[in-house]
Amino acid sequence: MTTSAVHLPEQRLESAHPAWPDATGHFGVFGGRFVPEALIAALDDLTAAFEAMRVDPAFVEEFAALQRDYTGRPSPVTEVPRFAEHCGGARVLLKREDLNHTGSHKINNVLGQALLTRRIGKQRVIAETGAGQHGVATATAAALMGLSCTVYMGEEDTRRQALNVARMRLLGAEVIPVTTGSRTLKDAINEAFRDWVTNVETTNYVFGTVAGPHPFPLMVREFQRVIGDEARAQVLEREGRLPDAVLACVGGGSNAIGIFTAFVPDEGVRLVGLEAAGDGVETGRHAATITGGSPGVLHGARSYLLQDDNGQTVESHSISAGLDYPGVGPEHSYLHDVGRAEYRPVTDAEAMEAFALLSRTEGIIPAIESAHALAGAVRLGRELGPDALLLVNLSGRGDKDVETASRWFGLGDRTEVDPGPGMDTDQRPTEGAVTSGDAVAGRHAGSQA
Amino acid sequence: MSALEDRIGAARAEGRAALVAYLPVGHPTVEDSIAAMTAAVEGGADVVEIGVPYSDPGMDGPVIQQAVDVAVRAGVGMRDVLRAVEAVAAAGAVPVVMSYWNPIERYGVDRFATDLAAAGGAGAITPDLIPDEAGPWLAASDAAGLDRVFLVAPSSTDARLRATTEACRGFVYAASTMGVTGTRATVGDAAERLVARTRAVTDKPVCVGLGVSDGDQAAEVATFADGVIVGSAYVRELLEGRGPEGVRALSAQLAEGVRRRSTVSR
Repeated sequence: MTTSAVHLPEQRLESAHPAWPDATGHFGVFGGRFVPEALIAALDDLTAAFEAMRVDPAFVEEFAALQRDYTGRPSPVTEVPRFAEHCGGARVLLKREDLNHTGSHKINNVLGQALLTRRIGKQRVIAETGAGQHGVATATAAALMGLSCTVYMGEEDTRRQALNVARMRLLGAEVIPVTTGSRTLKDAINEAFRDWVTNVETTNYVFGTVAGPHPFPLMVREFQRVIGDEARAQVLEREGRLPDAVLACVGGGSNAIGIFTAFVPDEGVRLVGLEAAGDGVETGRHAATITGGSPGVLHGARSYLLQDDNGQTVESHSISAGLDYPGVGPEHSYLHDVGRAEYRPVTDAEAMEAFALLSRTEGIIPAIESAHALAGAVRLGRELGPDALLLVNLSGRGDKDVETASRWFGLGDRTEVDPGPGMDTDQRPTEGAVTSGDAVAGRHAGSQA
Repeated sequence: MSALEDRIGAARAEGRAALVAYLPVGHPTVEDSIAAMTAAVEGGADVVEIGVPYSDPGMDGPVIQQAVDVAVRAGVGMRDVLRAVEAVAAAGAVPVVMSYWNPIERYGVDRFATDLAAAGGAGAITPDLIPDEAGPWLAASDAAGLDRVFLVAPSSTDARLRATTEACRGFVYAASTMGVTGTRATVGDAAERLVARTRAVTDKPVCVGLGVSDGDQAAEVATFADGVIVGSAYVRELLEGRGPEGVRALSAQLAEGVRRRSTVSR
């Protein structure tokens, strides 16, 4: 892809913020508000409070102080040369959101929304969570600010991420396992919306990603854009130039929007989102919404989603609970359709290969979500060659994933990590990531049961 | 003209509120759901809200979720819905489709409007579509001569009440309480206040839904609304195995309720 495909008017690119969404939350044909009328007043209030807050110097200072003193921002940029040896000679820089307090980029957004909750005078927050990272971050912010907190989590995910359930409860949050539908993130979101519509007078919904009805995609982007704002300046300072490509994993897409936004006006910088392809897009068992989905309406916005002929949401599949979502943020749909960003699938097997590779070569255990972006870097680096400079958003750390990794690689009681098949450094990727992924996935299928 | 407004007007001429029964297509099966809808009409429902199964019914409580989940898993689609529309029309009630937006968008908005009109449907109620986002549906329903019902809520501002009722044709759906569908012990004052606020900005019929489950509640709502919408209580009859007989009996009880008052409040 070349940047000549970009359709964005020049003057928009020079604006401090992208010119989208419009005043009613539309990114081209995507976004908007597809929610019951009962929630419109609350969304309007939230929009007004957010617009007032973002230009209020006192809020901006309070938010900045929290990010500095509580989260530990700015997060560093780390070059990973031993990992990059597997990336066709390209140089790879990691934006270290894994080093944030609570272990991922999710804290950036929840601190902003928790401050907003206090400002609009509500004492209770609710949140949905998949992997548990957004739930943990929300529970953390609620504890910090003295808010009562309820987190909805699919029953299936409470099993996959038991550690994070305990963590949220330690922080004083109530965790409600959701037993409806597919019992995963999408159903947790439905249940959180039902709570919100019932308790909207006292309760604010702290939404975890750049999806949902307006103003969530805008608001979450603005709270997450610090990732890219920092990274762009850090890369310029150390390299004297911009990266050739910026890579991030995409579930709902908040870490990706967070790092992409600052680079959107930089036409020479490729923006690459890596979607979870599960067992492979062609198997139907995946969560690659843009690659394998179609436009529709889910969870309050028009966007790409995985759906059947009747418009029913199709269950997604990914080894990564944080990417296991059949929708995606409307801004990603827009960036895809106008050609400003590209979205590629990464299978479970490829992601786990990259997971082990970064652990072994750099001493950094990434979240499995972030490992999808790392796998994308391996492939793109080999495509671009030795002069390429890649910036990867390491959106979270992998402590929560050790058990999953242990099962995947069959580590048992061995003390040394055997990275498993596919880790041969001489191996070159086959043309289709899906193909090579399947080969590995097949060999590991037994260990997944 | 509006088939819904005509039917509600006819009820009003009898000095009563209209009874609107909701049942989803495909629970427990397509055939059984159609039999239940027919029974609801036989028991006295004036209008049947024919529910389109949807995988993510964000406005529905546990009772309707449970029923709709069965239909979604069975792959029930718009073709089955249109069959139910024909059956309800044949039974003598006014059929109106109740659907979250994505199944309609997926089917094709224009195609949906054309096929619904051809099946004898009066129009559609769209709980997660606000008029602000409804451009294609406004155009398609105009072209096909269909009613379109949007919701108002206790939290709606006066400006939104005006805009939303302006876009409605057939009736205005007043969601009586802040919350999801389900039976409640009391309907509450919020419903009456909302209806009064709605009537201040429109002359269109106002029907009240969310929470009504028995004849007494129907009678109470009928004192201030043009129509009483009952959903979860009907679905519960099927979930608890009482079948079309239970549905018919519930309809009869509710039909008695909406007739209990002697004067129309407006």
